[in-house]
Amino acid sequence: MSVSLVLVIVMAVLYACGVYLMLERSMTKVLLGFLLVGNATNLLIITMAGKAGLAPIVSEGVAPEEMTDPLPEALILTAIVITFGVSAFLLALIYRSWRLGKEDSLGDDADDVAMRGGAVTMQGEDTDALPGDTEFEERPS
Amino acid sequence: MTALVPLVVLIPLLGAATALTLGRRPRAQRIVTVLSLTVVLAIGAVLVWAVDTQGALVMEVGGWAAPFGIVLVVDRLSALMIVVSALVLLAVLVFSIGQGLADGDEETPVSIYFPTYQILAAGVFTAFVAGDLFNLYVGFEILLVSSYVLITLGGTEPRIRAGVTYIVVSLVSSMIFLASIAMIYGAVGTVNIAQISVRMAEIPVDVQIILHIMLLVAFGIKAAVFPLSFWLPDSYPTAPAPVTAVFAGLLTKVGVYAIIRTETVIFPGTELNPALMIVALLTMVVGVLGAVSQADIKRMLSFTLVSHIGYMILGVSLGSAIGTAAAIYYIVHHIIVQTTLFLAAGLIERQGGTTSITKLGGLLKASPVIAVLFFIPALNLGGIPPFSGFIGKVALFQASAEQGTALAFVLIGAGALVSLLTLYALIRVWNMAFWRPAEDVEGYESTMLDNVSEAPGRTAVKEKRAIPRLMTAATAGMVAASVALTVFAGPLYDVSARAGDNLEGPGQYVELVFPNGGADD
Repeated sequence: MSVSLVLVIVMAVLYACGVYLMLERSMTKVLLGFLLVGNATNLLIITMAGKAGLAPIVSEGVAPEEMTDPLPEALILTAIVITFGVSAFLLALIYRSWRLGKEDSLGDDADDVAMRGGAVTMQGEDTDALPGDTEFEERPS
Repeated sequence: MTALVPLVVLIPLLGAATALTLGRRPRAQRIVTVLSLTVVLAIGAVLVWAVDTQGALVMEVGGWAAPFGIVLVVDRLSALMIVVSALVLLAVLVFSIGQGLADGDEETPVSIYFPTYQILAAGVFTAFVAGDLFNLYVGFEILLVSSYVLITLGGTEPRIRAGVTYIVVSLVSSMIFLASIAMIYGAVGTVNIAQISVRMAEIPVDVQIILHIMLLVAFGIKAAVFPLSFWLPDSYPTAPAPVTAVFAGLLTKVGVYAIIRTETVIFPGTELNPALMIVALLTMVVGVLGAVSQADIKRMLSFTLVSHIGYMILGVSLGSAIGTAAAIYYIVHHIIVQTTLFLAAGLIERQGGTTSITKLGGLLKASPVIAVLFFIPALNLGGIPPFSGFIGKVALFQASAEQGTALAFVLIGAGALVSLLTLYALIRVWNMAFWRPAEDVEGYESTMLDNVSEAPGRTAVKEKRAIPRLMTAATAGMVAASVALTVFAGPLYDVSARAGDNLEGPGQYVELVFPNGGADD
């Protein structure tokens, strides 16, 4: 199976950038990262189809070996539709989050914060995370 | 009979479309949804009977023979999963209708709840009947996207925050799944599960292991297997009680179902079984330690859910027919019992206004019905004889003992310990919330309450509200179903054993899809 080197390099770059963005706290960056990773996966599927060839339409004088494999293209179409739907939902979610808190970043799980500080929270205590007690950058309030 | 196979997917989808057009008439929406899931439950029951007596059903969609067309396969495992899922979906639906009717539906946009719920059902059933790896992916996506909608229902701030964690983790797992499908296609040139199984034998073992691990990571995230289980206790408890119940009961089990298929059909090799056993051990122990330290009932239940996934992985990792059979019985038991416990937690929240055991008390006096509805599934999950949890665990331990390796015996010991700790966590809820008199709640000292961590951000006690009959009835129905698992354990275990036999080696599955050979050209 011969594979186009350009496609592989583009795929690797997309995966690297996508994963980097998905590790961010900002939800918009996570969405962009998801889009990049989704497209990288589509490229992975298309490289798995093997060598490029003629359109896979049965007609006179075209041997099956000269055609490109049509199945991965069908798979990619489905994957693109799913990515599209999920991105639309994520955008709605980001908008809702912005409407609620005027912020775009994902907060810590307050329980994790309490655990990390060694604090055992019992009844009556205020268990909300204080802005300063995360090891990550401070959240804008 | 094969005509029934696509109906389990089509009916909920059509029901969802109908319910969506009836958006302004909630009453009609409820009727359509209950009707469609009841029909699916009936079809599921017929499928179990037909598959068990007459052999598995294979449907070639559009009349295109495998491997060119898409095949839907219903063997004993799929049929059992379909009927149990349909039962759970229906019971939770009735519970949520009861809750919705009482609350006047101010909180949640009800016009999308019923259609989304049915699409979730359609996704779950698609995954169970898929005979094609890509179709399995589509099934997963259908159920995940509807679960994104359900977990953020109402769009309040805690739900959005928990929902984002859940959604991003699910997206990553879907991408890993899709990438592994692409690589499997590159390696063997097909996505038909039976054909992959035949051709995979010709691939070098090291390549097989890479593909195998990729698939297991993707399914492991969905099934919440340690160390990929971190997202579950954070995201499940914030959703509305019925949504959490159905997620906890079903969604992780779809992941376990996919792991069973992977281990028995796609990669029947045993190279990764010891690794899976260690993962099962860690899932059990780490999950239950989380459960012991939680004061909030919903969070505690989420941790026990993770821990009990370990038992199922243990059954699968043994790689024997009886191990798989025990895992299948355990899945059936756990789907029903875990859902029941979450429904009971929903009732407790309504009665007591909170789910934190440090603030609850006197529930036994206030509501003996809830006490019974919590106590029976609690003992069941903890593995007290004669309940189905005990039967399932004994079957798993027997299968492990039969394998006889040192690791298998370590797992038996850990399994027994974990079931004791589960019982401790559940009985603590019983002691604090039910037995403790209501007037003792303030300033109560007990070693049981030392070192438990409170659920954050939900310390406010909500208003206590009357419990509608429909909610109690749905929970009581689930408790009755869990007791029926004990009463009819013999026949049910026989079906699981035959399902396990079907999955011993990939040969029988391949034979189903390619009755005339032709899988290896």
